[in-house]
Amino acid sequence: MNFNIYDFTSFNQWIDNYLYTSLSPFWALIVEMTIIGLVFLTGYALVGLFLVYLERKVCALMQNRIGPNRVGPFGLFQTIADLIKLLLKELISIKQADKLLFNLAPFIVIIASFLCIAAIPFAKGLHAMDFNIGVFYVMAVSSMGVVGILIAGWSSNNKYSLIGAMRSGAQIVSYELSVGLSLITMVVLAGSMQFSTIVEAQSDGWFIFKGHISSVIAFIIFMIASTAETNRGPFDLAEAESELTAGFHTEYSGIKFAFFFLAEYMNMFIVAAIAATVFWGGWMPLHIGGLDGFNHVMDFIPPFVWFFGKTFVIIFLMMWFKWTFPRLRIDQLLTLEWKYLLPINLLNVLLMALMVLMGWHF
Amino acid sequence: MNQDALILFFIVAVFLVGFAIVFAYIVAPSSVNPQKSEAYECGIPTKGITWLQFNVGYYLFAILFLIFDVETVFIFPWAVVMKQMGMVGFIEICIFFFILILGLLYAWKKHALIWE
Repeated sequence: MNFNIYDFTSFNQWIDNYLYTSLSPFWALIVEMTIIGLVFLTGYALVGLFLVYLERKVCALMQNRIGPNRVGPFGLFQTIADLIKLLLKELISIKQADKLLFNLAPFIVIIASFLCIAAIPFAKGLHAMDFNIGVFYVMAVSSMGVVGILIAGWSSNNKYSLIGAMRSGAQIVSYELSVGLSLITMVVLAGSMQFSTIVEAQSDGWFIFKGHISSVIAFIIFMIASTAETNRGPFDLAEAESELTAGFHTEYSGIKFAFFFLAEYMNMFIVAAIAATVFWGGWMPLHIGGLDGFNHVMDFIPPFVWFFGKTFVIIFLMMWFKWTFPRLRIDQLLTLEWKYLLPINLLNVLLMALMVLMGWHF
Repeated sequence: MNQDALILFFIVAVFLVGFAIVFAYIVAPSSVNPQKSEAYECGIPTKGITWLQFNVGYYLFAILFLIFDVETVFIFPWAVVMKQMGMVGFIEICIFFFILILGLLYAWKKHALIWE
């Protein structure tokens, strides 16, 4: 076996061969699936818990506080303690609620975010699926989450939840367009929707540098739109606590509430991971054409460190937005999308296409 | 094993939520109280029915979204083959975008983009 932290392809091949030679094909498949499932499940839970901790620490940093610091070193086990507390809380079922839909909603939001994780390339050869329509798949699956939010708000039989869910629906579907179009801009530059091809194409420079002006515009639009799509930051109208109690998840308690929380944080991780992959080169180290010495030093850092480093920088940026900007009103929100971002985005796609045709990009 | 993994992830996600909820029902305490099973809303008893008509504005934006999202689906295949198509593809997409922007301008002019 040759384990190599720079390229997981041979490692995966080795596991695959080992299982298929020592077991019958059926059992080999079952064992392989179980391993993949458990690895991703653990990773999903750990990243989710860590993000909640990070959010509280970043919030504390912005407000000049210390944040959680009692449970474990630097308060690292605070979110695990919170999880146990939420598990032991009573699950209240509302008398007038639509029981079936009320219980179905947490499943939908978690499924939507968990399916997205499958397509993200964490390092070379370290991904569950490598679709030839990767970008499109992530867009399609991630927009399923809004159905869960709408169901949660509607089935609670609570006026504020319904208003929160409707607002969230209008906001998410509107900003979906901008996310899609800014990704199309980068697909034009890459000429492929497959994540592995997109990352390979950035080996001599990240797309944000390669496509200069057009890429930068697309990146800014993607950041705004994806912050809105994850119901975060200045766009958290769906759970505006000063007007709507807690929005669509007011009536949820215990672990069901925890799942909405987890899905929200994982959606943030997913959009940050997509931004890192499409704009900042994913697991590809920072390469500058011509500087071979510098490139070799950068190659020395393992790919998954690059990937998580970039992702967490973008997550930090999104948390920074949240604590910097005041919340928007719904008319301002929709004006921003339909009158500014969408026309700019349409023209930006054309600009990028022209740049690629004329060879103006690097 | 590409497409199998999709089913696997679906099952794992269902398992994650289902297992945790069943586990919580077993370990969590429960005390029945008629007050508790009322909708919380904002603390005071809720008045009237919830499932009534709401602002038509949401519907309007949903329709607009549907139009533009279908256009986005049409643009994706073009984006992939753009380099092979060359200038012809570019001019065609320009015409397509012109019609698209015309539609947006029409909605704008008709005050469909104003939230009331």
